[in-house]
Amino acid sequence: MSHLLEIRDLKVTFGGLDALSGLNFHVDEGEIVSVIGPNGAGKTTFFNAISGLVEATEGDILFEDESVLGLEPHQVTGLGIARTFQNVRLFPNMTILENVMVSQHCRTRQLVFGALMQTRAFKQEEREIRERAEAALGFFGSRLVGYRLEQAAFMLSYANRRRLEIARAMATQPRLILLDEPVAGMNPMETAELTGLIGRLRSEWGFTIVMIEHDMRVVRDVSDRVVVLDHGVPIAHGSYDEVSTNPEVIEAYLGRPVESRA
Amino acid sequence: MSATMNAPISGSSTAPALFDLDWRRIGTWGGLCALALILLSLIGMPVGLDRRMIIEGRLSLGYLALLWIPLLFGYVVSKRVVLEGVETPDPGARDVLAGLCTGVLSGLGPVLLILGIDNFNLREPLVNWGPPLLEQLTFGRGIGFGIVAWFGICAVLGLLGSLIQVLPKDVRRVISFVIYGLLSISVLEAVISDLSEGFGLESLTDDMYAKRGGLTVKSSIILAVVIGVLPILTKGRLKGATNHYKELQGAERKRASMMLFSGVAGLCLVLPLFLGKIVNELLANVGLFLLLALGLNIVVGLAGILDLGYVAFFAVGGYTTAVLTSAESPFFAPELHFGFALIIVIMMAGLTGLVIGAPVIRMRGDYLAIVTLGFGEIIRLLFMSDWLKPYFGGAQGITNVPPVDLGFAVVTGIDPRSVFYLVLVFCTLAIYVSWRLQGSRLGRAWMAIREDEQVAEAMGINTVNAKLMAFVVGAMMAALSGAVLAAKVGSVFPNSFMILVSIIILVVVIVGGMGNIAGVLVGSFVLIGVLGGPRQPGLLQEFQSYKLLIYGALLVFMMLQRPEGLVPSARRSQELHQEEFLQDAWLKGEDHDTEEAVAAAAAGGSEGTGEQA
Amino acid sequence: MTATINRKSARRVSKVDRFLTFIRVFLVSLIVIGVVAFLAQQFAPDNPFARWRNPDAMGLTADQFKGLLMSGLSQGAMYGLIALGYSMVYGVLGFINFAHGEVFMAGAMTGFIASEKFNANGLWQSNFLLCLVLIIIMAIGISTLMAVLMERVAYRPLRNSPRLIPLITSIGVSFFIQNAVMGLFGPASKSYPQLPEWLSKQRSILTFEIAGTKILVLVVAAVSMVGLWYLVERTTTGKAMRAVAEDKEIASLMGINVNRTIVTTFAVGGAMAGVAGILWGLLFRGVTHMTGFLPGIKAFTAAVIGGIGNLGGAMAGGVALGSAESVAPLVILEPLGVPGVSQLKDAVAFTVLVLVLLFKPSGLFGERLSAEDRA
Repeated sequence: MSHLLEIRDLKVTFGGLDALSGLNFHVDEGEIVSVIGPNGAGKTTFFNAISGLVEATEGDILFEDESVLGLEPHQVTGLGIARTFQNVRLFPNMTILENVMVSQHCRTRQLVFGALMQTRAFKQEEREIRERAEAALGFFGSRLVGYRLEQAAFMLSYANRRRLEIARAMATQPRLILLDEPVAGMNPMETAELTGLIGRLRSEWGFTIVMIEHDMRVVRDVSDRVVVLDHGVPIAHGSYDEVSTNPEVIEAYLGRPVESRA
Repeated sequence: MSATMNAPISGSSTAPALFDLDWRRIGTWGGLCALALILLSLIGMPVGLDRRMIIEGRLSLGYLALLWIPLLFGYVVSKRVVLEGVETPDPGARDVLAGLCTGVLSGLGPVLLILGIDNFNLREPLVNWGPPLLEQLTFGRGIGFGIVAWFGICAVLGLLGSLIQVLPKDVRRVISFVIYGLLSISVLEAVISDLSEGFGLESLTDDMYAKRGGLTVKSSIILAVVIGVLPILTKGRLKGATNHYKELQGAERKRASMMLFSGVAGLCLVLPLFLGKIVNELLANVGLFLLLALGLNIVVGLAGILDLGYVAFFAVGGYTTAVLTSAESPFFAPELHFGFALIIVIMMAGLTGLVIGAPVIRMRGDYLAIVTLGFGEIIRLLFMSDWLKPYFGGAQGITNVPPVDLGFAVVTGIDPRSVFYLVLVFCTLAIYVSWRLQGSRLGRAWMAIREDEQVAEAMGINTVNAKLMAFVVGAMMAALSGAVLAAKVGSVFPNSFMILVSIIILVVVIVGGMGNIAGVLVGSFVLIGVLGGPRQPGLLQEFQSYKLLIYGALLVFMMLQRPEGLVPSARRSQELHQEEFLQDAWLKGEDHDTEEAVAAAAAGGSEGTGEQA
Repeated sequence: MTATINRKSARRVSKVDRFLTFIRVFLVSLIVIGVVAFLAQQFAPDNPFARWRNPDAMGLTADQFKGLLMSGLSQGAMYGLIALGYSMVYGVLGFINFAHGEVFMAGAMTGFIASEKFNANGLWQSNFLLCLVLIIIMAIGISTLMAVLMERVAYRPLRNSPRLIPLITSIGVSFFIQNAVMGLFGPASKSYPQLPEWLSKQRSILTFEIAGTKILVLVVAAVSMVGLWYLVERTTTGKAMRAVAEDKEIASLMGINVNRTIVTTFAVGGAMAGVAGILWGLLFRGVTHMTGFLPGIKAFTAAVIGGIGNLGGAMAGGVALGSAESVAPLVILEPLGVPGVSQLKDAVAFTVLVLVLLFKPSGLFGERLSAEDRA
């Protein structure tokens, strides 16, 4: 059976330093896989390689059995892989609604002619874009809807910004979403809520999710599988319980006790 | 970062003494003001602008150019930074005194200059160092008078400047209305007299304006009173009307906008009929540059591409038209009708846009700016070269471009009104295109690219294509403007297409607000109309030698203080009114955030404050 | 943040890339044909190929060529000095200081005013060397002052803005200074006084006929470079400059006063430009308020050619550009049958600018950007 996303021997080198090497990875449709590891392990680089923001030195990335290596980022998104950013990168001066509308760019077709002539097709598409945007935003309750739609994105609170990031990714109508530290900086209440929402992203919207996270409770509550990276190399994978008790993983995070060093 | 404090920082709860001023601040600002006055005098603005009277016999533009500076500095000195949570006493006597002292100090500038000119001869490097400047600085009444006068004037102006801070808001409104109003009426003399002539009300303006220009003293007083009364009368109503407009939604808003737009359009159609030739000529120029600015607004304002070589498309439009329509086109003279030529012009523009845009589209922003600058210059040099002279006429350009024969009318440079109407048609088209594109998928893509190009790519936008579209649309608008220019002037010369043009249009777009169509409109009228274009004079012809200086200073000022432009767009006004906005929402009970937080706290409070891994 | 490298997918070569390759091939062939035709004219004038495009081509005598080369080198040395300022500011703050050309012009203007005064009271004729030293010092003073003022007033508030904003601001500053100078000193062209005979006469060095003034230019430029090298490599200030250019944040954590170092960077760049201004005035004798515009852009080109941020590269780029500008019209364009080539000298420089930025923006010797800009 083929995987939705398959990474084979991926190697990414930056000026002599291997950010990732020998990375083998796969995700099947409908899974939620977490990627964890200490800081600097190469997790965001991993996402950047998949979404095309960074060039891979070696290896291959297969999405729906076709290589996406070397594609432009917008092409990757067009194929069905969406992502969020670790340090929330919204379009600050655009409204919330516009942020989510613009991310549907690759799913829509109307060009200059339609806009100038205000053809029926154009208006229809604009309506649909708006509806889909509101649907994606509505996923987060009533926070990002109503009067908020016309607010500029920079006015949002931090947690709302993170939610908007995710809504934006949802609106690109992907099959696979890459979430880069979705709950970073949120308080426990918000974290708990978002954990539930991530599950619903899979169950209600049918997305496959790969998630980078540091908050182990979220990882535990949500993931089907966990992959651990350290210094760009995968050192363990399995269920959360297997991985969290793996001595190598613990060592990667916490180091080795002084006594056991030979 | 500010902390909410319970006690004033200074430790004492009494206001500082009246004379305990920040002397260092006064010294710096006063000194800078003096230097500015000296610099401006030596650049020649007071003497050069002296011919233009604002109020006959009393105030000339030349003096005004000097007088606003101590006023400004007085204002700045007494300006206070209000930090949240820190107790800042309201502006009071101390600030006014600070303004006064700054003013006195700044008076040193003109005084030193007077003494200098009287005793030394620096005419060799400094061309304006001489009797005319001395005459003006001493008001024609001798050195002693001049010295005393300037100290006094600067002191008073400094005082007034700081007084503005102290006065209540209403008084400030009245004062600013009066000042701007009087200034506008005086500057717009040509327009107003033409209009009154057109309506048969010459007697009114004959009384208002003096023979040699400027308002008469009597009329300025009357007008000051009238204008001063206006804000008091309309105080609530105007604000109420604008707020009401902003709150309109959907269909209602559309209708209101349409009415507003048709009003403005109607005005534009009707006004030129009542205006004289000179003013119409000005309007035609404004129109041409407005069209250019609308195009650049799409490239720079919407898509965020700094194209310094924008003038190249202007040149392509002009030369294509000339080659196609003129009988004297050296190599190829099909002598097409303007309409046919226009079709080819648009195609050429699109092609040029693609050719120039494609290679540069992936470069980083500042390199892109310089490369486009290079392209612009190369194109101009090529048009001017002897090598291509057999095609484009070299430095002499192509002459004898025929006027546009539309069947029912002829658009020719001799009749500027017709040019204005033609340009108006194109501008309306450009505004329509900008407006529609802004609210479309492409417009959103442009804005996303301007905000964060990398993320835009990640969101599925093909940035290369989108940016190329911006280039092409902008190029077409510029080329249309070039075509009209060719027909208007009757010839094209390479020197009409210097980098200067790109930069002036850039200033207009930035002053108006990037991406803000209304702002670009206002910016064009105010800047090009009053100060003038790169080679064309504006309403105030006296600024001819100084306008580039002002453009440069304006650009720096805008970037430092108000990069979003002078005319607030709907978006920005939201930012400015954020407080009211949120308050309204709260009042309407729409604030779901707090509701949900309360609910979540009640339900999930037991989650506790667990550590994060 | 990760770097976005220009992607050239193996499978999806876009039309844009094809177009760019076409341009490259076209230009290279143009240059090759031109040079070959030129060589043919020189060495085999009867070969039909030599006359193919341009039957009137005269070719160049060895002396003419050397003369052109010398002009190019001296002009290039001045471009190099100005380019240092562009390079340093870009290396440290990451933006193009469009107004740097005006700093150069200010130096030239100062030199003019001072030399006129010296000429008037006879010092110019009696003790030229003293005058020269004095005007250089004064030009350095004014240029440095102008550069520092620029930084303080227009650029410091924008320290954290995206890099287009300071660029636009610098355009405004450039305009302002140009027109302020025009207002102060008038639009007429100003001439430096006559140079003493012993300086300006032609000399023979190693079969090269070169005017003394040009030798002076080359010597002063070389001395300035040595001085700069010493400053940057051997002094603490220089080390601070290099550190700040590398990474502002870390430098400040190491105890370096970043603001002061940035001011020093502007000052040094300004000083170099001031020296270039004097040299320009001595060599070309004429200066106006617009004198800074073209050399400014060309110097920026030179800085990019050498690799922006790279000081040695800036000077190398300047010399290369100067020579190319001087020699190319006659060596490449004329054999191709382009009339009036001397007019196109500026077009050549702009073309080089465009080509370098399009095809090799990192320059010949590699860019040296600060950490923030590299990302």
